[in-house]
Amino acid sequence: MTLNAVINLAYLVAAILFIVGLKGLSHPRKAVRGNILASIGMLLAVVVTLLDRNIVSYQLILAGLVVGSLFGAVLAVRVPMTGMPQMVALLNGFGGAASVLVAGAALIETVIAGSTPAVDFRIATVASGLIGSVTFFGSLVAFGKLQELVNTNAVVFPGQHPVNGVVALAALGFSIWVVMNPESTGAYWIVAGIAGLLGILLTIPIGGADMPVVISLLNSYSGLAAAATGFVLRNNMLIISGALVGASGIILTEIMCRAMNRSLANVLFGGLSSTPASKASVDAIYSGKVKAASAEEIAMLLETARRVVIVPGYGLAVSQAQHAVRSLAQLLESRGATVEFAIHPVAGRMPGHMNVLLAEADVPYEKLKDMDEINPTFAQTDVSIVIGANDVVNPLARTDPKSPIAGMPILDVDKSRTVVVIKRSLSPGFAGIPNPLFAADNTLIYFADGKKAVNDLIQALKEL
Amino acid sequence: MDDLVVAITVFVLALFVGNEVISKVPPTLHTPLMSGSNAISGITLVGAILSAGTQYTTLTSILGFTAVVLAVINVVGGFLVTDRMLRMFHRKDR
Repeated sequence: MTLNAVINLAYLVAAILFIVGLKGLSHPRKAVRGNILASIGMLLAVVVTLLDRNIVSYQLILAGLVVGSLFGAVLAVRVPMTGMPQMVALLNGFGGAASVLVAGAALIETVIAGSTPAVDFRIATVASGLIGSVTFFGSLVAFGKLQELVNTNAVVFPGQHPVNGVVALAALGFSIWVVMNPESTGAYWIVAGIAGLLGILLTIPIGGADMPVVISLLNSYSGLAAAATGFVLRNNMLIISGALVGASGIILTEIMCRAMNRSLANVLFGGLSSTPASKASVDAIYSGKVKAASAEEIAMLLETARRVVIVPGYGLAVSQAQHAVRSLAQLLESRGATVEFAIHPVAGRMPGHMNVLLAEADVPYEKLKDMDEINPTFAQTDVSIVIGANDVVNPLARTDPKSPIAGMPILDVDKSRTVVVIKRSLSPGFAGIPNPLFAADNTLIYFADGKKAVNDLIQALKEL
Repeated sequence: MDDLVVAITVFVLALFVGNEVISKVPPTLHTPLMSGSNAISGITLVGAILSAGTQYTTLTSILGFTAVVLAVINVVGGFLVTDRMLRMFHRKDR
């Protein structure tokens, strides 16, 4: 058996480990092992690659491996759980950038070797550069928004769509140029540059609650870029791994879009029809009907509640209230109540954001319920506590077909006996519309920061 | 050309496998799924190592080296942070 065959068989084993590893994520109990299996696959792939006969020197490789590992490890250990969306965005971007560089280097090597690369090689190279560059620059913008380094809102300007269209056409035009003239390697970097601009332009108009879609999509792109690089290098393992990640990102993107009842095109290009609600219409909904409550009043309600559902939103992450919420849940349970958590798919800034935060606070995952599972139980719920969520509990989605969130599946908290909303003010959520839930007869509002409010409730409960 | 057809076949079949496997991941693990699959997409590292090691020209060596650094950050950072998250879910079993 040749060395090449050994290497390729090892790649097959690595690909299998990736698949088995991802399969492990189907249950929290098997997931840690799954992730370890996948990382062993990666280690195997790297080690056998080092056996390649074309490698003449190991210094650069080792230097790169050491520097990158250190940097990656420091990032992974230091990032707080609330910063996970940014972290994922950044890592996505690095993967995309690596694909751009690898495909570019492969093109240069082929041209210098004097052979005219085949058409499919050229197409794969350009695809790698295009997708990789969009991923890298798009991810940087997403990172900047999530880290609040740049304007976190949707940035829109007149003529946005025509400008994007022109840039996209330019990227496509130069791509075709590179495919026709593979010897001019400079054009490849122009393609990467224009694609980078496109990545930025496509990401800046997306903000706030739409971020989960963008992160999922960029995740998918980073996989597709790796797969394209696999076509460049004719490496099946890269193709398989890239396809797995691509599929994963696409599935998550679809779930996120469905959870908002919007098409992907609408999220990317449409934006919400956000004409801010007029003050008169807001007043008509809220005036005289909003009931503010004190911690003591709410504690008395919770005292007698048999079933309590907690609904977390992005505000929970902002005020870092996850540990306080866990304490409140434990206190209520120690008094005989059942406590569950209702998680909307797009709560937070990335898929599964709330679950990770609550897991950090030691809330058992069995208590975290999906929307479909928990919705039928609200009618039997004594108290629902909404913390930092708004649009995902807005009944207008069910009742007003003209609302920008019409048809969006929501958590039916308004059906529970009493709703306690913890909120700093009555300011609207991302959709920019008032929420009739806040003025409903069975709703009490506790105006305060999430974490402080929950701690106040705990205190009041203990003093009863 | 046969080569290309094989590559496309592999790609399409892998998409189906990915679809099968990923749709069974519960929503509660979606964040670790993203960071974990992210680490897997750092597989470009393999190509980066070859570029950095074959040292065709100074330029390709530099490109390769940079790509190795970026891809390793993606791989190591991705797997470690996923492990950190998954252990938080796991310790509920006490």
